[in-house]
Amino acid sequence: MSEPILSISGLTTEFKVGKEWRDVIRNVNLDIHQGETVAVVGESGSGKSVTAMSVMRLLGSNARSSGKILFEGQDLLGLTQEAMQTVRGNRIGMIFQEPMTSLNPVLKIGEQITEVLMEHRGLEHRAALAEAERLLEKVRIPSARQRLNEYPLSFSGGMRQRVVIAIALACEPKLLIADEPTTALDVTIQAQILELIKALQQEEGMAVLFITHDMGVVAEISDRTAVMFRGDVVETGLTEQIFRQPAHPYTRALLAAVPQLGSMNGQSLPLRFPIVDMATGQIEPVKPTVDTVRNDADPVLKVERLVTRFPVKKGILRRTVGNIHAVEDVSFEVREGETLSLVGESGCGKSTTGRSILRLTDPTSGRVTIQQRDVVSADKQELAVIRREAQMIFQDPFESLNPRLRVGDAIAEPMVAHGLAGASDVGERVGKLLEKVGLSPSMADRFPHEFSGGQRQRVCIARALALDPKMIVADESVSALDVSIKAQVINLLLDLQEQLGLGYLFISHDMAVVERISHRVAVMYMGEIVEIGPRQAVFENPQHPYTRKLMAAVPIADPTRKRVRQISNDEIRTPYREAGFVPPSREYLKIGEDHFVLGRKQERAA
Amino acid sequence: MSNDAKRKVASVHSEDALVAAERILPLKRTLLALVRDRVALAGLIIVSVLVFIAVLAPVLSVQDPYDLAQLDIMDGRLPPSSTSMTGTVYLLGTDDQGRDLFSAIMYGLRTSILVGLVSAAIALVIGASIGLFSAYAGGRVDALLMRIVDIQLSFPAILVALIFLAILGQGVDKIIIALVVTQWAYYARTVRGSALVESRRAYTDAARSMALSDKRIIFRHILPNCVPPLIVVATMRVAYAIMLEATLSFLGIGLPVTEPSLGLLISNGFEYLLSGDYWISFFPGITLLMLIVGINLIGDALRDILNPRQEG
Amino acid sequence: MSSYLFSRLAQTIVTLFVMSVLVFVGLYMVGNPVDVLLSSSATPQERMEVIRAFGLDRPVWEQYFTFLTKALQGDLGNSFIFNQPALDLIFQRMPATLELAFVALVMALIIGIPLGVRAGLKPKSRISRLIMTFSILGFSLPTFWIGLIMIMIFSVFLGWLPASGRGDTVNLLGVPVSFLTLDGLSHLLLPAFNLALFKISLVIRLTRAGVMEVMQLDYVRFARAKGINEKRILRVHVLKNTLIPLITVIGLELGSLIAFAVVTETIFAWPGMGKLIIDAIGVLDRPVILAYLLITVVMFSVINLVVDILYSIVDPRVRLEGGSR
Repeated sequence: MSEPILSISGLTTEFKVGKEWRDVIRNVNLDIHQGETVAVVGESGSGKSVTAMSVMRLLGSNARSSGKILFEGQDLLGLTQEAMQTVRGNRIGMIFQEPMTSLNPVLKIGEQITEVLMEHRGLEHRAALAEAERLLEKVRIPSARQRLNEYPLSFSGGMRQRVVIAIALACEPKLLIADEPTTALDVTIQAQILELIKALQQEEGMAVLFITHDMGVVAEISDRTAVMFRGDVVETGLTEQIFRQPAHPYTRALLAAVPQLGSMNGQSLPLRFPIVDMATGQIEPVKPTVDTVRNDADPVLKVERLVTRFPVKKGILRRTVGNIHAVEDVSFEVREGETLSLVGESGCGKSTTGRSILRLTDPTSGRVTIQQRDVVSADKQELAVIRREAQMIFQDPFESLNPRLRVGDAIAEPMVAHGLAGASDVGERVGKLLEKVGLSPSMADRFPHEFSGGQRQRVCIARALALDPKMIVADESVSALDVSIKAQVINLLLDLQEQLGLGYLFISHDMAVVERISHRVAVMYMGEIVEIGPRQAVFENPQHPYTRKLMAAVPIADPTRKRVRQISNDEIRTPYREAGFVPPSREYLKIGEDHFVLGRKQERAA
Repeated sequence: MSNDAKRKVASVHSEDALVAAERILPLKRTLLALVRDRVALAGLIIVSVLVFIAVLAPVLSVQDPYDLAQLDIMDGRLPPSSTSMTGTVYLLGTDDQGRDLFSAIMYGLRTSILVGLVSAAIALVIGASIGLFSAYAGGRVDALLMRIVDIQLSFPAILVALIFLAILGQGVDKIIIALVVTQWAYYARTVRGSALVESRRAYTDAARSMALSDKRIIFRHILPNCVPPLIVVATMRVAYAIMLEATLSFLGIGLPVTEPSLGLLISNGFEYLLSGDYWISFFPGITLLMLIVGINLIGDALRDILNPRQEG
Repeated sequence: MSSYLFSRLAQTIVTLFVMSVLVFVGLYMVGNPVDVLLSSSATPQERMEVIRAFGLDRPVWEQYFTFLTKALQGDLGNSFIFNQPALDLIFQRMPATLELAFVALVMALIIGIPLGVRAGLKPKSRISRLIMTFSILGFSLPTFWIGLIMIMIFSVFLGWLPASGRGDTVNLLGVPVSFLTLDGLSHLLLPAFNLALFKISLVIRLTRAGVMEVMQLDYVRFARAKGINEKRILRVHVLKNTLIPLITVIGLELGSLIAFAVVTETIFAWPGMGKLIIDAIGVLDRPVILAYLLITVVMFSVINLVVDILYSIVDPRVRLEGGSR
């Protein structure tokens, strides 16, 4: 093999915390060769981003690195900041996670591209502009010339990430460092960007250092992989090798916790994740799932023709000029012990549907019944009764607990407020609830900030259970969690369903998780359900073009199943309509038992 | 919503997300942090000493500077450390009416602190209630109230105070009213802003979905989380109110001559300044300055401690 | 855009109206201007004549209506004291105040922005801490007292600068200004600095906070990763984003400077409209007080409007719209 482009050896980076230096990554060794893609994968706090920032020497004055970072034979750690400037953006390009904020909002796109060209390639302004236009075309941005004169404001997230890539590639770097470049994007957009990076890598022959937490993305894009865990590289090897025969217990645990789209073929019930003993690497056998769905009883939740629109107002008179049709004519049922997943991308209306059901957002029309009680017309008292039956768990465990309330008080509050517990027994009940979600009763007097993200989500679940509900709306409840924590919380949700016969409305953008947990699935697009049916039917036999597109876009955590994909460059559309728009009536075609797909195929095709 | 959600996913995944865990600081830790900050501690000491002096003015002073019977015009404009015919030592000298400046300053401090605190407290209660109500009501009511706040704030405090004093005349009660009128809007805006932020956070949604009463949500969940920014604003506003009162009294439209006030003392010394009798204006001014600096030092530190990311 | 202008105009008119009613009724309820107008030896006969002449015997709403009709024709009444149209009085004094306020504003920006940028770039360095301590001091110094101290030092003890008046003026576009003559400039220096001091601190703090915030943002990090040199990062990426929000603040502060000129003008005997209003309040010269307020409302509205328009020009994220902002 030839000399590596980038050779990191013995890299240790420390941060100054108070008066002492604390190491964040230790003795990292990594080689990247020309034309190769190396993924660095790990969970929060693994040090993967710090590694990238250390290579770029972008960490600032409260950090220091030691070891060697040889780039084209030159030790980057020995360079001055001025010399580094001629490397950054020139011979090494970098892309960050957040396309929405990576671009300066008050500078035109054109200027943000030309400044790199003028800085490193000494181009004159006119030549730089022509080159910028070529670069935008290269990253497949249509009508490049006009777009040079626009501000970032008028670009969608995916388009901005393309601009960022164009900037990173402006000087034909030998190495591209991509730090979670698709994490903030929707899955169909993620697929576009991944394809783009792959294509550009082939055109340019550059090396790519790809940083991600997503094993699916790793399998999709990388030749070799380094797994990081709490500041150490625990395993390095060919990507296929690592997926086939993970050597380190952590890698095994990580892979066991990763849901793989399509791995459930032939299974009709939800499935728990295997839990790996971190010390030995032994995989504990998965407890088989019991069929919990009560088809004999009335459904816990019944939604009929639910519509929620948000008016868009303009002018001095605040006239309504149009509406966001967030939820449009949505109907479904959830039974006791059943999980129905609402799945879709940003702005498809899945969260609004969840909020409308509990009247956290007022629906425009339609009928929602929870345990035979009408929600939409309920007055305050009735609503209080209904809300005891149906609880919600939110996405962000950092946000959904009041920072000033001890978690014990937070869990006790609903019981006391509804008169379900008195001063004498409330403490005991809080303890039991904490135990039920896998925490210790002694944690009741701690504040939320003393818990990790996963623990907080458990507290939120305990609080939701305090009112002994029949039904839980889980709005992206595991999306913010690390893979291994996510697996544990999903297992917990499945345990609770078995014990308590809960019905779940599970709202998520993550197809692989949905496949794991659901009995039935509803796919949403632009405010409508485009396909609904038993999970097995929808995943094994998707009928609506959008469902297929969504499935095709999900990266699969199995490098042997790398697919050649036809990716369309469509943007996600918003369901904004002029005032007075009358939505056409819907017609659902029956495909199989309980499996329906939205009609009007040509028009809806995404 | 969903884009936002995505971003949150992203931010939790980023490695520095755990920093967010250090967000709240209960009262005890705030106080500790305040004492540990050397500059803030200096402010705390200055303010404590001045408040102590103000409270004990009747005990510490050599004369009641506003009891004309105790004044001797023959002792007028004595420089610092002079001794009167009766043997009283005028540590900081006397003013034109033979008033012991040190005593006058102590009494002036009383008035300044009282006016500052009372007006700030009233403005806080009124402003915070309006702000909370505005955030709760939302819609047109909120838009109207905030428009009024905006307009009020676009008029400089001193101008509004001038108008009110022109209408109301002089007096402690009048100046407190004028100060309340100029200050409530700041509190209203602060509370409304943070209440809106808090009410959009998921824990409020969680409280609503548990069918807790509005009262409970507002007073147990939202309001306590609005307190830190309110404390910061209140500290700075007390300092400003004290300064404004002194300014108005200096201009001769604030407190009447019968009420001891630092601004008035400074104003009295103005005409003698040019002839070199500096102390009559100088010492009250220094006292006023120390009081305001002290409060602002505390406020500044509080702002860093309570909301490290905000400033303005 | 036009609907935006229209709504701003409507808002200004409403504010003007509410303000004039409040102040008019307020002033009506306090004191009797007749006492001001007449010497104590006046006979009841003379008294009645004056009351009738000024329409003071009519009910308040009628007086207000008379005032309003005249005001709409550009007549805000005659000053009780000077017996001149109140508007004329104010317009005579206005240039002096505006000049003072503008010079103070420029001083605040010229001194405040560089110091604020410095303190924001290296917040932990010794110089930055010094700047911040100075700014707290500047925040806390009572304007009137520091004015006295400045007179004491620079005029009384050192004798460098004059303590009062406006000095020589020349006409610029028909308006008398001081800053173009040496004598005028020497008169202007102390009061302008006095007025600027508080705002310097404010500008320092705002700039520092802005710089510190922008420095942490992703696009600055990305600009570094692009290998852009530090000078350009500071000039284009940091400063532009920091200074744009400052524009709105500057608008408000110009208004505040005009109002606070009341204090500075009193101390330095600067012949502006602040001095006029203080004197008018002292003797309850109603027409002058009212005229001053109405003029300032108009002035502030114009300043705010200009600022909003400027802001929407420099920041692509802002679109002017009617109704709420």
